[in-house]
Order: sequence, then structure tokens, then C-alpha cells
Amino acid sequence: MEKRAIYSHKLLPYLLLVPQMVVVIVFFYFPASQALYQSFLLEDAFGLHSEFVWFENFEHVLKDPDYWLSFVVTAIFSVAVAGLSLALALLFAVMADGQIRGANAYKTLMIWPYAVAPAVAGVLWLFMFQPSLGILAQIIRDRFGVDWNPLLNGTHAMLLVIMASTWKQISYNFLFFLAGLQSIPRSVIEAAAIDGASATRRFWTIIFPLLSPTAFFLLVVNVTYVFFDTFGIIDTMTGGGPSQATSTLVYKVYNDGRAGSNLGGSAAQSVILMIIVVALTAIQFKYVERKVHY
Amino acid sequence: MVQSRPFANLVAHLVLWLGIGIVAFPVYLTLVASTHEASAIANGNMPLWFGDNFIANYYKTLFVGSSRSTRTLVSTMMLNSLVMALTIAIGKIAISIISAYAVVYFRFPFRMVFFWLIFITLMLPVEVRIFPTYKIVADLGLLDSYAGLTIPLIASATATLLFRQFFLTIPDELVEASKIDGAGPLRFFWDTVVPLSRTNMAALFVILFIYGWNQYLWPLLITTSGDMQTIVIGIKKMITVTDALTEWDVVMTTTVLAMLPPVAVVILMQHWFVKGLVDTEK
Repeated sequence: MEKRAIYSHKLLPYLLLVPQMVVVIVFFYFPASQALYQSFLLEDAFGLHSEFVWFENFEHVLKDPDYWLSFVVTAIFSVAVAGLSLALALLFAVMADGQIRGANAYKTLMIWPYAVAPAVAGVLWLFMFQPSLGILAQIIRDRFGVDWNPLLNGTHAMLLVIMASTWKQISYNFLFFLAGLQSIPRSVIEAAAIDGASATRRFWTIIFPLLSPTAFFLLVVNVTYVFFDTFGIIDTMTGGGPSQATSTLVYKVYNDGRAGSNLGGSAAQSVILMIIVVALTAIQFKYVERKVHY
Repeated sequence: MVQSRPFANLVAHLVLWLGIGIVAFPVYLTLVASTHEASAIANGNMPLWFGDNFIANYYKTLFVGSSRSTRTLVSTMMLNSLVMALTIAIGKIAISIISAYAVVYFRFPFRMVFFWLIFITLMLPVEVRIFPTYKIVADLGLLDSYAGLTIPLIASATATLLFRQFFLTIPDELVEASKIDGAGPLRFFWDTVVPLSRTNMAALFVILFIYGWNQYLWPLLITTSGDMQTIVIGIKKMITVTDALTEWDVVMTTTVLAMLPPVAVVILMQHWFVKGLVDTEK
């Protein structure tokens, strides 16, 4: 779609674009190209010489068992958080959608955790599950006899970050599921009811299929969330530990880069992440294209 | 409504209250903890109801500080977070609206190149270019400054796309009328486009304010001096002062203060918040 009525100034449009372009080039494209360039270089220990090594850095990274561990961690983490938060949010949204009175009040009460910073969400959950003073940690230890210690036990640490990340994401999914549910025409549901379909049957044969585009869209958003936005949760709760049990791909880039010993390897990891983002964004836009018309 | 079933209705209410309970419990516990003294929390037997250290805790955290976990006052941190959130939100809206205006209302060489250059930044989040970006900010001498905290985050493909979409729906007749009246492009921008964009700006502002206030990775890299610390980073620094010595009363109070502004924005501006969230995801 284009405008018919336009202005024909020579200089003005460029002036209007300058601020955004400066930021984009200096802080986005230049660093990204640096990462790309460095990923093909091998530097000596003192950073004095560097050699162009093609894909050697990538080979190193992909042969590193630690890197594959962080791949597995990210995969488990994504599946758990996306699955749990989508399922819970759908349940709550279906329940709220049925309420004529109170649906809006429930909405207000459910959506505010969106505003809580991931790092802060990490602190909230850490406080409940801190081995020595956490209220829920004590219940787990005293009532169930589990030796709860996320500082030493990798599975416990993983459960902890999954819970905090899920908690933070329910509100977002709830909001979109509720909007999706409210856009389903009542007449379709009423017609099914007249045909004698039970509430359960109506849900699985009508409501759920009509909701699947929303669910798919949310799945992509949730995976992106787990990849990138959980950094704060992991950093406050576990620091990627114990022994890298909660070190996701993004966390590993940060940690390895901070150690600063292997510039090329860190850059290669960044480039792999870029490829993942491009893929996720492409999937998202392909879906959106079908639904929203420009 | 299809049919009214009192029992199913009751179940629905119960499930929803359970959900609200799950959502609210961690925050409730933190609120309670922020009103007890450190010793009551540290021995692991914290009461589940509010204590009477409310004023003492908040006063200490905001204005006195504590030699062990934070020399920087939390009020300073909140000010830093506020400056950061406002600069990012207003900055993103300002530079995006003028970019979108240029792309939609003018024809000039490389117009679409500029558009795509902005669009593709969607695929370059900070996380994939952490250290090279840090290096540039360091080379420019912007570490530990508001400029370093905000300017690198101020580009926005999402906001630019949103404004572009919106401008495409503004009827051409308005531009033509404005031209007949002899008004130039800047006049049309100020007198027509900006007022029409108010709702979009409000919705974006809510989302971007929360985004800015909650930033974590970037301020973690860019700030080292206590005076520039944001509140979210401040909490993290308080916890890592070797675990046994963590002053949980200060941590819990700071946590509540860190949640307060963005949560208040969501609740008070719920309408704009929902609109912003839905719009920016398209």
C-alpha cells in the first residue's frame, strides 16, 4: 500500500531518518558485523596477531560438549516453560471467558506480573525456595523429605528457573488466549450446543481449533522469551550453575565472553544465536502475514 | 450464554482464584517480608502476616543505605531507573515516529533500503552482539553514563513498523487538504499526524516504559559505579554479597520498590497496556 499524496522534498526525509539510522548503524550493524568478522578469526593469546581461519571457530564450538550441554539445557527449558505456561494460561483463559460478570476483574488480577522484571521474578522465587530460609523449601524438606538444594543439585536449579520463568509468562499468554477466545463468534458455539455437543466436546472440536493460530503464535513468542528474556532470571537465581545445569545458549555467550579468553569462539556462538533469531522471526512473520493484511 | 450451570460456574471461579493465588503468592510473601526485621526472615520462621518494621525498612532502604549490602541509596537507583525508562520510552517513540513519517510521506532514493535497515534490527537483539556493542560504547566513552544506558537501546523497529502501519490508514484527503491550505510537511506532521497518533503513542509508551525499567543485561554491562546503578541491577548486587550475609530485609524492600512503578503503570493504564501489547506483536 502506498500513499497517493506525498511530499517531494530532497533533504527533509533524510534528516528525519538520521537519528534512527545513526543508532542502528553504530550500535546494531557495526557490532553485529564485528561479531561476524571475529567469528572467522583466530587470535593468539595476547591479541597481537589474528589469522583468518574460515569455519574453525564454529567447528570448535560445535565440537565442544559444554556447548551441546547448553543446547540441551535450552531445549528442556523451552519445552517446559512454553508447555506449562501455555497450558495454565489456556486453562485460566477458558475459565475467565465463561464469566459474564467478573471477566475483566479477573483479567486485571492475572496480567500484572507482565510488568515484573525477569530478574525481580527470579528474586521472588529464590526467596521462597532458598534452602535455608525459603518457606516452600522448608515444606519440601520437612514434609516430603527431599534434600532440596538448588545450589548443588542441577535438577533442583532447573526446576527453580522453570517455575519462575513460567510464572512470569502466564500473564502474557493469558491475555492473548482470552482475546482469542473472545473473538470466537458466540453463534458457532451456540449452534454446537443446540446440536447437543457437551461443553468438553465443544471445546475440543470448535474452540481449540479456532484458537490454534493464537496458540502457534504464542509458542513462537514463548520460545523467543525463553531464549533471550530469561537471562535475568538465570543470572539472579543460579548464575548458570551448578556446573552449567542452567546455562542456556545466551547465558553461555555472556559467561564465555566475560572470561574473555576466546574471542573467536564467543563470536561464533553469537553468530549461531543470530541464525536462531532470524529463523524464529521468519516463522513469526510468516504466520502473521496470513492473519494480518498490510 | 449457552446454558447456565451453577456447578461448572463455581468450578471456574475456584480455578481462577487458584490461578490468582499462584500469581500473587510470591509477591505477597515479598511484601510481608519487607515489613519484618532481618532476623525474623533469616531464621526461616518468618510470620505469614505483616510485621511492624514497614516504615523502618523502607526508610533505611530508600534514604539511609546499609554498609553491608548497598552503599548506594535505593532512591538513587530508582531515579536512575526512572531516567532510563523515560528516556528509552520517549526516545524510541520520537525517533520512530519521524522515521516512519519519512518512509510513508516522501519518495526518495533508497527509501526502502532505509526501511529494511530498520526492520532487520528486529533480528539483532542485544544478546547476540553483547561484547562488540559494549566495546563501541566503551570506545565512545559512554560507560557509566545515562547516554550509554539509553542511546544504544533507542532504535525501534517495532515502533517504526507500528507508526508506518498507522500512517498508511490516515486518509490521503487530509494531506491534500493540508497542501491546499499551503502547509508544508512539518506543519502537517505537527498539526495532524502527531495529534492523530496520540493513542498509539500512549499504548507504546506503557509497553516501552516497562521495557526500559526492567532492562537487565545492558545496564549490567554498562554500569560499574554505584551511582549509576539501576534498581533491578541493585537487587542482584545485594544478593551476591556472599549468600549468608544477604540482608533479606533490604533485598525484599528493594524488590517491592522495583516492582511498584511498572506494576502501577500496568494496572492504572490497563487499557493502553493491552492495546500496546497487542499492537506491538503484529
